[in-house]
This record gives sequence, C-alpha cells and structure tokens, in this order.
Amino acid sequence: MTLSVSLRHTLDRFELDVTFNAPDGVTALFGRSGAGKTTVVNAVAGLMQPTKGRISVGDRVLFDSSKRISLPVHKRHLGYVFQDARLFPHMTVAQNLAYGAKVQRTKRDVAHEKRIIEMLGIGDLLSRRPGRLSGGEKQRVAIGRALLAAPELLLLDEPLAALDEARKAEILPFLERLRDHSGIPILYVSHSIAEVARLATTVVALHNGRVAQVGPTASVLSDPDSVPALGVREAGAVIRGKLVAHHDDGLSELQTCGGALFLPRVKGVEIDQVIRVRIRAHDVILSRTAPEGLSALNILHGRIVSLREGQGPGVMVRIACRDEHILARITRRSAQAMSLSEGDMIHAIVKSVSVAQGDVGG
Amino acid sequence: MIAWLGEEGWQAVLLSLKVSFWATLISLPFAIAIAWVLSRKEFSGKQLVNGIVHLPLILPPVVTGYMLLMVFGRRAPIGSFLEDTLGLVLAFRWTGAAVAAAVMAFPLMVRAIRLAIDAVDPGLEDAASTLGAPRWRVFSTVTLPLITPGILTSAVLGFAKAMGEFGATITFVSAIPGRTQTLPSAIYGFLQVPGGETQALRLVIVSVAVAMAALLLSELISRRVARRIAGQ
Repeated sequence: MTLSVSLRHTLDRFELDVTFNAPDGVTALFGRSGAGKTTVVNAVAGLMQPTKGRISVGDRVLFDSSKRISLPVHKRHLGYVFQDARLFPHMTVAQNLAYGAKVQRTKRDVAHEKRIIEMLGIGDLLSRRPGRLSGGEKQRVAIGRALLAAPELLLLDEPLAALDEARKAEILPFLERLRDHSGIPILYVSHSIAEVARLATTVVALHNGRVAQVGPTASVLSDPDSVPALGVREAGAVIRGKLVAHHDDGLSELQTCGGALFLPRVKGVEIDQVIRVRIRAHDVILSRTAPEGLSALNILHGRIVSLREGQGPGVMVRIACRDEHILARITRRSAQAMSLSEGDMIHAIVKSVSVAQGDVGG
Repeated sequence: MIAWLGEEGWQAVLLSLKVSFWATLISLPFAIAIAWVLSRKEFSGKQLVNGIVHLPLILPPVVTGYMLLMVFGRRAPIGSFLEDTLGLVLAFRWTGAAVAAAVMAFPLMVRAIRLAIDAVDPGLEDAASTLGAPRWRVFSTVTLPLITPGILTSAVLGFAKAMGEFGATITFVSAIPGRTQTLPSAIYGFLQVPGGETQALRLVIVSVAVAMAALLLSELISRRVARRIAGQ
C-alpha cells in the first residue's frame, strides 16, 4: 500500500506545498524544525485540516478538498506515535495497549498481542502505570499501543527526540524490525540524519514548506543537491557493508563497494549480515595516490562523478563506487591544488572512530 | 438529636440536606457539559454563554430569586407549563428550593470543572482519537476519568453553596417551616424571635459540621483518585 500526500496549507505567513508518495517501508519526512514536518503528519492524521489537497492510503481516500471528503480522525485507521508518548496516565500499560481494540470493538488477537509485546520487550511492564516508566519504556509502550490498534498506516513523529543516546539505541532496533515486518507504510518524522540514514527506505526532504528532495535514502543523502536541506555539517552518504569479521582488537570489518571498512565493534550484527553505514562528508579525506604511512585504516576507492561548490569555501565531491556513492567535503583550495575533475579515480580516507555507533545499523 | 435541635430545626436540617443533594446532582451533568464546551470549543457568542452562566454569581441573590419567580412561578410561562404537563410545581415547594440552590451553585461548579478540563492535555485526547475512539468515547474514557477530582471538588463546592443559599431561596419559595424552611432561613428565623439564640447556635454547629464533613470526604476521595491519575 502506498500513502499519497498532496497538500497546500497557509498558516499565518508560512506556506506549505507538499506532494509525495510513501511506499511500504519507512518514509522519512526530514527537515529542520519549522520545515513543516509535523504539520504534514497532522494533516495525514486528520488532527489538522489543510486548505487544499488529497491524501490517500492505497485506494482509501482520507482527505480530498475537491470532493469535500475529510474522514474524522478515528476512522482513518492509523497508528500515531507522538514525540511525548502520550500514554493515558490513569491506565496501566496493559490497558493502554488494549485501548485501540476496546474503542474499535474489535476482537483481541492474543497471539498478535503477544508477538508485539515480545518484540518491544514490554512484557514485564504490563501491570505498571505510565508514571513509573522510563522515557524509553514509555516510547516502546506507545509504539505497541499504536501497532495494536491495527493501523493501515503508521505515523511516527520524532519518537526518539526526547530520549538520550542510550534510550535511542534501545529503541532503534525495534523500529528496524517494524520496518522489515509490519508491511504497512510508515511515515517517520525526524531532523536527525543518523536516524534517517539508518531507518528510512525513502527520504522526503522538506525545506521551508516545500519538498526539496525525494527518493531512495542512499541517493537522496549522497546527492549534493540535498545538502542545503540537510545542513552542510550533517551531510553524508550511506553505503552498504557486509560484515566479514569481528576482530580481537575491538574492530569489525565490513566489505563495501570501495573496499574493506574497519569500524569500532558493531554490536548486535552477525557475520554476513548487510548493514548501512553513514559516512559524514566532512570526515572524508581525499588522495590521488594510495596513501601509505597513515594512521587511518579505511581507504575506499572510487571515481569522482561530480564536484559542487557551495556558498562557502567548501566543495562537495561525489564519488561513485559501483552503484553506491560517497560524499566528501573538502576546501575549494584543496580541490584546485589537486586539480580534481569529474571522472578522476580517487582514494577516500575515513577514520574508523569517526563513524558513530548511531550511524551504523540494519 | 431531634430533641436537641427541636422539631423545626431538625426538619430544616433534613430539608437542606435533601435540597442540596438534589441541587448538586441535577446541576452536575449540565455543569460538566457547559464546562467542556467553554474549555474545548471556540464559537461566536462564547463570552455571552460564559456571562449568563456566571450571572447568578454576581447578581444580588434576591434578584436571581425574583427572576426565578417570574419564570417558574405558577402563573409564569414555564412554571405553568411544568405544572400542566408534569404536574411539577416549583414555587413555594422544596423542589423550588432545589432549583434555586442549583442555579446559585451552578457557576461555582462550572468553574471548578472547567479548570480541571483545562488541565487535561488535549494531546491525550488526540492520541485517543487516532486509536479509533469517536469523540464521545474519548470523553468517557480519557477526559472524564482525568477530571474526576475536579468533578468531586465541584460537587462539594456546589453542595456547600446549596446548603448555605439564602437570598434566592427565600425570595423564590419563602421559608415555610417543614416545607421550604432551609437551614439558613431557620437560623435567620430563630434569630428574629426573642430567646431563639440557643436554637440558632445549635443549627450553626450543624452547618459547620456538615460543611467540614463534606470537605474532608472530598479531600480523601480526590487524593486517592489523583494518585491513580498521576499514573503511579
């Protein structure tokens, strides 16, 4: 099923004009705060009425201004996980989880419930009240509550934003499993490239209320044209790597398109599993010749496909290796000194420890 | 107790309890509905509704009582309609005292409940509707349980106000011993006759005791409910 969104909305002086399709899997709605991400999600949920537009899931129309259709929120069959969990404080965890089935008067599927409770690891919390849960636990219960309402579309509005790094690391694997097994479109709002790189199958980059870029995650993130929407400091491409070995010195070895990549021990990943690694553009050094006597372990080989000058002193270099891309941000002065041009073969050097744990995942 | 208070005093106490009980019970659902509308809805004329609800709080009670008489008197339009269709007479009956007390208590009750509804995060209500709950179920499963302490507070406030209502009641239904003479009008009556101070004082003690008991009871219940709602 595909979620199709096309809407226009004017609020005070802010104008939103957005059109995109979200297929199965995770579609990340990405952009800085104020780009209009939450407004789009609330319009899909029906919590906000856009001025004009059409929103549909498969062949089910949720909103169509030209036909004056606007399904009420409770008939849209969604699961909405809010940034602040919004668990019902007067109910236990079990009652929160059962709420959707109760108000929709559907029969409870005990086996399905058990599977989701197990997947989210919240079996021990069922008799507790939300006031006694940690932030990470609350968010997992909120995800479970949304899933158990039998949604045809899942909306996640920065579900990790209020959590610290440890709690994020606790929940991200659940979201990955959700993406791979739920079989419904998931709209995921985020302003964190690390999360998007790790989770998203499709990226919709919003900039000032408009779609700046849309497409598969790897191609959007490695496209120099997305840099303004992503922010130059955060820019970086995603490549796939197959885990070859966990070495005794604490490093894990990945086989990538450009050669071997050594990273600090990647936890929870088995040999032969393919994972995504985001390499930030400003962590990459370029060299024309294969360097020697360097402390950096990772030297990836590829061909320059584009050089793009920004407004500042930087140049964004896009390097292709087989069907994947790496981005490198270097100074204009270096690019001239090395006389880089399109089609050149180049070595990209990445320091192992610069790849953060949050940038690595299934 | 009957001997200590005297026949007339005892009747006044029983009547006031009955009048206040019904006044509170009848006002409560309307107070909840009006409070919800004032808290959650935006519409033109909202300030007018708000003003009308609060009118009994700022008008002299005698004026409210007189207005009730003009509307619900036996020859007044609504009063005669009620008598013809339901056989219900309000003027100079205990039922009228209950109506007067309800009208006077209403603004206080609405205020208390509205504060409670204002304190409920609308985000929780949104969350409930995304899970498939129609509006009325959102109200009954989320809003209502969360404002229970506010409703209890408002009921106690309303009950206390009804127990003490004097001006509108005496104007609307007079103070006929055994029929419409409530606790405050009995106290007033005893103070008007020489040697009635002792009787009046005893009724004052009863008033204080009833008010304190109601307050303590509601404190107890709402603390328990609040603990449950805080999600502990």
